[in-house]
This record gives sequence, C-alpha cells and structure tokens, in this order.
Amino acid sequence: MEVFMADVRFLLTGDTSLTVEFGNEISEAINTQIRAFHIALKNSGIPGIMETVPTYRSLMIHYDPSTILYDPLVKRLKALLGQLDQIQIPPSDVLEIPVLYGGEEGPDLGFVARHSGKTPEEVIRIHTSVEYLIYMLGFTPGFTYLGGMSQEIATPRLETPRVKIPAGSVGIAGAQTGVYPIDSPGGWQLIGRTPVHMYDPNRDTPILPQAGQYIQFRAIDQAEYDRIAAEEAAGTYVCRRHPREEGAR
Amino acid sequence: MSITVWNPGLLTTVQDMGRVGYQQFGVPVSGVLDPRSAAIANILVGNPEDEAVLECTMLGPQLRFDQPNCIAITGGDLGPTLDGQPAASYRALSVKAGQVLRFTGPKSGCRAFIAFAGGLDIPLVMGSRSTYMKAKIGGLQGRKLEKGDVIAFREPKAELRDMGLRAIAPEFVPRAEYTLHVILGPQDDAFTDEGLGTFLSQLYTVTPEFDRMGCRLDGPVVQHKTNGDIISDGISFGAIQIPSSGKPIIMLSDRQTTGGYTKIASVISTDFRILAQLKAGDKVRFQQVSVQYAQDALLAQRAALRALRSTVDRRI
Repeated sequence: MEVFMADVRFLLTGDTSLTVEFGNEISEAINTQIRAFHIALKNSGIPGIMETVPTYRSLMIHYDPSTILYDPLVKRLKALLGQLDQIQIPPSDVLEIPVLYGGEEGPDLGFVARHSGKTPEEVIRIHTSVEYLIYMLGFTPGFTYLGGMSQEIATPRLETPRVKIPAGSVGIAGAQTGVYPIDSPGGWQLIGRTPVHMYDPNRDTPILPQAGQYIQFRAIDQAEYDRIAAEEAAGTYVCRRHPREEGAR
Repeated sequence: MSITVWNPGLLTTVQDMGRVGYQQFGVPVSGVLDPRSAAIANILVGNPEDEAVLECTMLGPQLRFDQPNCIAITGGDLGPTLDGQPAASYRALSVKAGQVLRFTGPKSGCRAFIAFAGGLDIPLVMGSRSTYMKAKIGGLQGRKLEKGDVIAFREPKAELRDMGLRAIAPEFVPRAEYTLHVILGPQDDAFTDEGLGTFLSQLYTVTPEFDRMGCRLDGPVVQHKTNGDIISDGISFGAIQIPSSGKPIIMLSDRQTTGGYTKIASVISTDFRILAQLKAGDKVRFQQVSVQYAQDALLAQRAALRALRSTVDRRI
C-alpha cells in the first residue's frame, strides 16, 4: 500500500478528534488507503483512541486527550502512515443482499426501465451484476453510500419524495444506489426490497454493513423473500458473505 | 418504585454521555448537550459521571416521587421547586416519597440536568441510555417524556452521607454577550481571509432554530472562496458548519455523523457548558485558540471534577 504522504493532511476537528484526509475525490484507490490505515491504526496499540469514522476520503479519529494529546498523537499517526506499505490488507467481504425486485416492493422498477430504455429484467441484471463498494455509512443508522452503479440505469430522484419508505427498500437516485435501513421519507426510485435487516438496534451486531466491504444484490422470488423474512423475524438469518476476489468488478 | 411524570415539560429526555463507537455505522452519538453539568450532578449524588440523567429544556417537567431518592440539579436555572418551595441547584437534595419536583420557568440558561442517586432503570441500547428521537432508540422507547410515564430507579438512596459537602456554587452566569472559544478547521481553508475575519470578529445571534441536532446563528455572511459544499466527512460535537448561505450552524449531540458542508471551526469542549445554555436572541462571538490551549483547559476541567469527587466522597 503506497501512500503519497504529501497528499495526506491532518485536519483539526476540535480538541477530542482529528481527521486524516487522504485526498479530495471519491475513488476506490483513496478508499483502499483509508482502509489500510484504519486496519493499521486498530493494530497499532496507540492509546486513547475512542472511535474511528471512515468516510469517502478521510478517517476521523476521536481520542481522549487525558490519555494522548494532539501533538504526540499526530506524531504517532505520521509514523504509522510511513509503515503502510508493510500492511497486509485482507480481502474485503462481499455481503450478499437478496432483493425482491419490482411489484409492490419496487414500484419504480418500470419507470427506471423506461428511463434507461431497457426492460425491467435488464435493469435487474445490471443492478445485480456489480459488487458495490461501501464507501461509508451515514445519513441514518446503517445507511450505506455505495459506489460502482452502472450509468446505464442512473435515474433522477422522484419529483415529490414519498412520506414513508419501508425499511429494506432498495432504490436508485441519480448514479447512486442503496438500501433504506429504517422507515424514512425519501425521494429515491424504489426498484425492490430486501427482507434482510440492515439495522436492528437490539441485535449483537446492530448494523450489518461496514465501510470498506462490498454489497452484491441477488434477485430472489416471493417464496425466498418470505422464507428469509421469517428467519429474520426469528433472529436466525445469517447474511451470506464471501471474500472479494482480486480485480473483481 | 419510581418517579411518575405529571407533566413532561417542553422537551425532557434521558441522556448519558452518548453512544460511543457507532458513528462509523451512521448512528449519531446523542448524549447530554452539556457533559460537564451532567457529570457534576452525578458526582453530587455519588454516581459515576456518565450515569444517565434527565435533560430538561426551557420548561422543566413535574415529577412525583413514588419512592425517596437523592437528586441533584445542575445547568441552567429553570426554577426548580419541591412541594412549592424553591429547591437549590448544584446541591444534593433528599426527596421524600410523595414529594413533587416542579420547574416554574427559566430564570437563566435553558437546559437543566437532573441526576438520581443509583441511576434510572432504562435499558442500554448500543451501550448507552441516551435518547435519539429520530431513530426512536434509547431512553424511554426512543422518545421524550410524556405525561403518565413511570421511570423506575435502579438503586435509589433515601439518604447520602455528608449531604453538606455535596454542593458547589452554580456555574452558569448569564451575560449580555458570550465568547465561544474555537479551534479553526477542518475546512477553514475553504473561506476567504475576509470570511475568516468576519467569523472571528462579528457578533452572531442565536436563532430559535436550536434543537439537540444543531444551533443556527444569524449574522454577517461568512464568505467562502467558492461555495460551502465538500465531499462528506465526519462531524464532531461543536463543529461550526457553514453552508453556502454563509450563516453558521453549531453541530450538537444529535448531529448526523457525516455531512457535506464546510466546517470552519469547532467550539472547544470547555465551552460546551455555555453553548448548551444559549437561547434565541443571545449574542455570541468567536475567539480563536490553539488545540493545545483547548486540551490544557479540558484537562484542568477534568482535574477539577476529580477534586470535586474527592471532596464529596471525603477522600481527602
């Protein structure tokens, strides 16, 4: 992992946190650097780190100044950056998210297809053919900012947002795609729904996806949707995942 | 046994020091707007500093005690009374079963914190009892208190020893104008020199748009070099966000974890106790300090809290 130190900036975000910024664009290369740095930080033993927040182009680090002050922390972080080329990054997990496309669950699939000049089946094929990088989570608990959707099915948001979109809805907004983790208002074009709970505050792992992982959607039918929904309700569902192959798309 | 909510007040929620470790999953931290005042209230009644308290806003609640317990009220003076008699703030009070705690209205500041000895019986959600109303988690079913709610105590204490030692002078003093110390960054380089000069010299007015998520200010426009948009990054408590409108918004406990607007500076931790007490119409000015200054101040403040704990626990 090569990092161009000159591009890395330490930004002040108050007296109990700082942001390490790796660049000024949204790119997989920058995100990979953030992931490597995040792993290196977790393994570093630097004391006083309370919480870390990876985003598109930076890692925010919350720390306890009673344990480590700003100046010594920055010194140690810089040393860590210099050692990133020695970091072995394990392959990212790909989470398989089953989706029932169209129908009541995806009322805008027809519109997305017409807008893209494709059949609904082609839209589903394109939407399920990509491993989407989870750049970061934010906006609401468990909401993923995904990269990699094909421009072929990019569709503008609804002119009038819906008042309530059910949790699990899968949508498209411009060139973005994503899953609504909780019931919320929103203007995304809804193409399907997953029975998988991306977010459950009372679960041991409240939020399923993590920044740096990938999501691949898989088309399922009503029977499989119902079966997975029942397993989720019983708390027995385990999301399928596999390590990502190098160079996969 | 417990307290019964006769009247919930304007916005009373259960809050502790927040949900730590879940921002990377998009979960806001939440927690009290004034961690120092909440910590003092807890210390006065012998609790750990991070025990959950009731955060009251402007118009405090009416609470009937179904069981005796010791409490302490800190923060702004919202006019607390016990059975109609004025009740002291910043002092441990022994409340008998059947007594009613009321608030007659704000005298200074706008947020008060009530700590209960032994804590409140509220389930932990993601390691915290803090209420985050937008996602309906924490506290009482993820919402503010309502009339008729009953909240049980975990380990109430009808009496605490050395009640006389469990008091300090109230801390919040209203002023004609407040100075908030700030550390520039993370996007101070997105502003013109004139914009930075405006921000660090002009007087800003707190608007009514002030909730647990943020505090919107009105005043001279802070000029950007281009505009107020950035690729989203993390937001700290006290971050001062300036969107393209040029008007500052101070981000607070329920802020979203990430955001796409430029942040010119951050209010330092030791000034959160002032920030939490600001009301619509109050005037504020920003003064730049270094991160080293801010951390020295924070460590001194924490040392003072430890000293207070030693005094009330008579360890010295």
